[in-house]
Amino acid sequence: MLVFEQARQGRVNNAQSVKKDNMINVIPDKFKRNKRPLLPEISEMQAVRHYTRLSQKNFSIDTHFYPLGSCTMKYNPRACNQLSMLPGLLNRHPATPDSSSQGFLACMYDLQEILKDVTGMYEVSLAPMAGAQGEFAGVAMIRAYHDAQNGGKGDPDRNEILVPDAAHGTNPATAVMCNYKVKEIPTNSDGDVDIEALKAAVGPQTAGIMLTNPSTLGVFERKIKEIAGIVHDAGGLLYYDGANLNAILGKVKPGDMGFDVIHMNLHKTFSTPHGGGGPGAGPVGVSKRLEPYLPVPMVVENSGEYHVVTEKSRPQTIGRLSTFMGNAGILLRAYIYARLLGREGMHRVAEYATLNANYMLHSMQKSGFEIAYPNRRATHEFIVTLKKQAKDLGVNTMDFAKRLLDYGFHAPTTYFPLLVPECLLIEPTETETKQELDDFMAAMVEIQKEAENEPETVTTAPHTLPVRRLDDVRAAKELDLTWKG
Amino acid sequence: MPFIPHTEEEVKEMLDTIGVKSIEDLFDEIPEALRCEGLTKVPEGLTEFEIGRVMRERADQDAYRLCFAGGGAYEHHVPAAVWEITTRGEFYSAYTPYQAEASQGTLQLLYEYQTMMASLTGMDVSNASLYDGASSLAEAVLMAVRANRKSKTKRILMPRTVHPNYRKVAYNIVHNQGITLEELDYDATSGVIDLNSLPAEPGDFAALVIPQPNYFGSLEEVDALTDWAHKHGALVIAVVNPMSLAMLKPPGEWGAGNYSASDSDVVGADITCGEGQPLGIPLSSGGPYFGFMCCRQAYVRQMPGRIIGRTVDLDGKEGFSLTLQAREQHIRRSKATSNICTNQGLLVTAATIYMAVVGPQGIENTAEQSHNNTQLLMAELEKIEGVQRVFNTPNFHEAVFKFDLPLDDVIRSLAAHGIVAGIRLEEDYPELGNCLMVCATETKSEADIKTFTQTLETTLSLLQSAASPVQPKTA
Repeated sequence: MLVFEQARQGRVNNAQSVKKDNMINVIPDKFKRNKRPLLPEISEMQAVRHYTRLSQKNFSIDTHFYPLGSCTMKYNPRACNQLSMLPGLLNRHPATPDSSSQGFLACMYDLQEILKDVTGMYEVSLAPMAGAQGEFAGVAMIRAYHDAQNGGKGDPDRNEILVPDAAHGTNPATAVMCNYKVKEIPTNSDGDVDIEALKAAVGPQTAGIMLTNPSTLGVFERKIKEIAGIVHDAGGLLYYDGANLNAILGKVKPGDMGFDVIHMNLHKTFSTPHGGGGPGAGPVGVSKRLEPYLPVPMVVENSGEYHVVTEKSRPQTIGRLSTFMGNAGILLRAYIYARLLGREGMHRVAEYATLNANYMLHSMQKSGFEIAYPNRRATHEFIVTLKKQAKDLGVNTMDFAKRLLDYGFHAPTTYFPLLVPECLLIEPTETETKQELDDFMAAMVEIQKEAENEPETVTTAPHTLPVRRLDDVRAAKELDLTWKG
Repeated sequence: MPFIPHTEEEVKEMLDTIGVKSIEDLFDEIPEALRCEGLTKVPEGLTEFEIGRVMRERADQDAYRLCFAGGGAYEHHVPAAVWEITTRGEFYSAYTPYQAEASQGTLQLLYEYQTMMASLTGMDVSNASLYDGASSLAEAVLMAVRANRKSKTKRILMPRTVHPNYRKVAYNIVHNQGITLEELDYDATSGVIDLNSLPAEPGDFAALVIPQPNYFGSLEEVDALTDWAHKHGALVIAVVNPMSLAMLKPPGEWGAGNYSASDSDVVGADITCGEGQPLGIPLSSGGPYFGFMCCRQAYVRQMPGRIIGRTVDLDGKEGFSLTLQAREQHIRRSKATSNICTNQGLLVTAATIYMAVVGPQGIENTAEQSHNNTQLLMAELEKIEGVQRVFNTPNFHEAVFKFDLPLDDVIRSLAAHGIVAGIRLEEDYPELGNCLMVCATETKSEADIKTFTQTLETTLSLLQSAASPVQPKTA
């Protein structure tokens, strides 16, 4: 039942506010609202019960194994939430003078320093509010850099960004937002970028390349130094999509691979909450030549005092991307997480995420599942392809995914990357126990048996959730986006 | 090892299954030369107790300020229930509801949110949120250029009474696509857009942006502005404070629609966007907040961000799912309406619960009390010598005052007394030198207001006596 259907006209919550008499009101009638908005008139308890019940209809990391590939659904430590919501931090207005904000600014400065260290980049800005905004900042900096060449006359012929065909959809969408043409680079059969195709594609029109390493295929791009050389020699810059940073944290630094600019997804690698689809946080790190263009605000330290710097002292910046200071509360959570892990904890993240992924890859291979890149080492994630099941049994990847829900597991990422047919991209993360992985794989084996013996059980799944499969065509055709009573 | 559950025995079993000797062997595809030597700047790990102490010390350093700043972030009471429920693991640690059957909680909540926002703004439809107020305006500008089929232009009329940081962010995000934001000045006496200053030969604009209340807290002539825009073939992008809409005419009703010389006399803004923070989101140094966006039904396919639809399942039972995904980057790639991927789901969860807990009466009370308290504060400030109100138009819950004495000194002295005095306007509005913008929401009692104005009076007289004997103040 919708919250509106539980309402009764005239029900008010006096604990929250009381209607006061004799209020000053200088607003002329022509500016006034004359009809109340449709907000539910329910008691506080009704609201608490309604939304608690709704929450119980969700799968989440706290309740279920959630091996969503390329999303790094690892445990979100409760301490990060509690400590980031201490009153002094929670009630700080963004316009508070620096002199009254030294505690908060110290956390931001320290986080910048930590992220510089783990990425090997020259400088970091925490400004972008999500991965996609970090990408935007990155490509905007590449454009600003090229525009500043030739004594400020720019390099207008550099109008193309290269994107491997395995990339996230955000990469080409971002390049277009920065007014670049997109050229796709094919991937070879081992999952590496096709070097010959890359050599043929670069030229004086190349502004840069956007790469994810490890790639979305769950493998490490072995020829990364060669790729960096090819693109740099052509005058282009290298952009690192940090979606998969969890796989190499503390083991390899993107700066050492030759990248000029990177964004990190703190909601992945630094375990800030995914919140049902956000907020994220997408700090960017750059090499020395891109430093002047970093988005503002940033935090600097001067003899023990912290200050916010803006456009005023950074004239070449690509500017601000948010009203205030990005998703500050999320940055605090990432900072607390980083301090809990510490220096010695960072590389363990990559090690155990990789161990879990490779253990699953080999176990599933032994159970008869087809691995997309069987000759490669998995990174923190790997791909199973169910194209045989789809062809021979009429049970496809979506069916397996939906049936997994019945077994109490969130499905892995389905049908992405687009290169591999009928694929499941599986990312277990380092925080899962071997037992949980074994249970998930046992469920996959059970579903395989069902697919062989009683396929309709799988093709009509899920059977035990609050709803069965939804009519998405109707949802898009007969748009019902608001309740109308 | 924080958050890693593996026992030695399990690690050995797992390595045996893989067929390698050590975890290190799993990194054998990474060229040796790239392997990092170790981290140097990351400090050693802390226990939860230890980091707790660090964070409490830092939080206490910044705590207990009495805040009269607004400028796009407003301190309102947040009912305890809001974040108790929002931070339940099932909301907090879920992801984008791609598997609809396993995400009905988030999806239904978002559908309820869309209904509440559409009603609050008087618009047909709402998306499931964007990053924040400033970026929602940037997305609205991009959307208006796509949606305005009458005009091919990429010019947007952007009043200077729109939040300066919104204007900067909009420029930073859209300028690479050849979109220009043309400034529209305000009247120095009223602090709102001067209707006579609207271009006589308007030429070709894709949209006019109308803030209500505007950045200074003043109320714009939204009806006349809306009619002007529609008459000239421009769309209207409304930028509003959702809390103010409990009192103010919703953008969906702006304009009389009875102007002549047009083929479609329409009432209301075409796109409405803004900052959702006043709806149950703590100040938290400026984020995470959420941007909202609503529009006419006709433009829904041009709207960026997640949109939730109500539909039915195989058994005909009601359910909710992500819809119109063909607009989005993961399907359309380089042809998407935006590169946006996440929304601000957790904040929308809080805002929805907030609106449900306070209800229509609660939000009205909060808005009215904030309006009332700001009027009280203004009356007190106007009594103080050397402080003058700048604009003479009706306002919602913010107002601008000019100081005779150097404002930086005033702000610094008040900060030393634990008071955040307000927002200094000079940096963004050179003509408003020594001007401070203040706000008193329902969280400021009469006693708080007295504390502020009395401390201010003391501060001013101290500054005055420090300044005058030595060197008479010039201008």
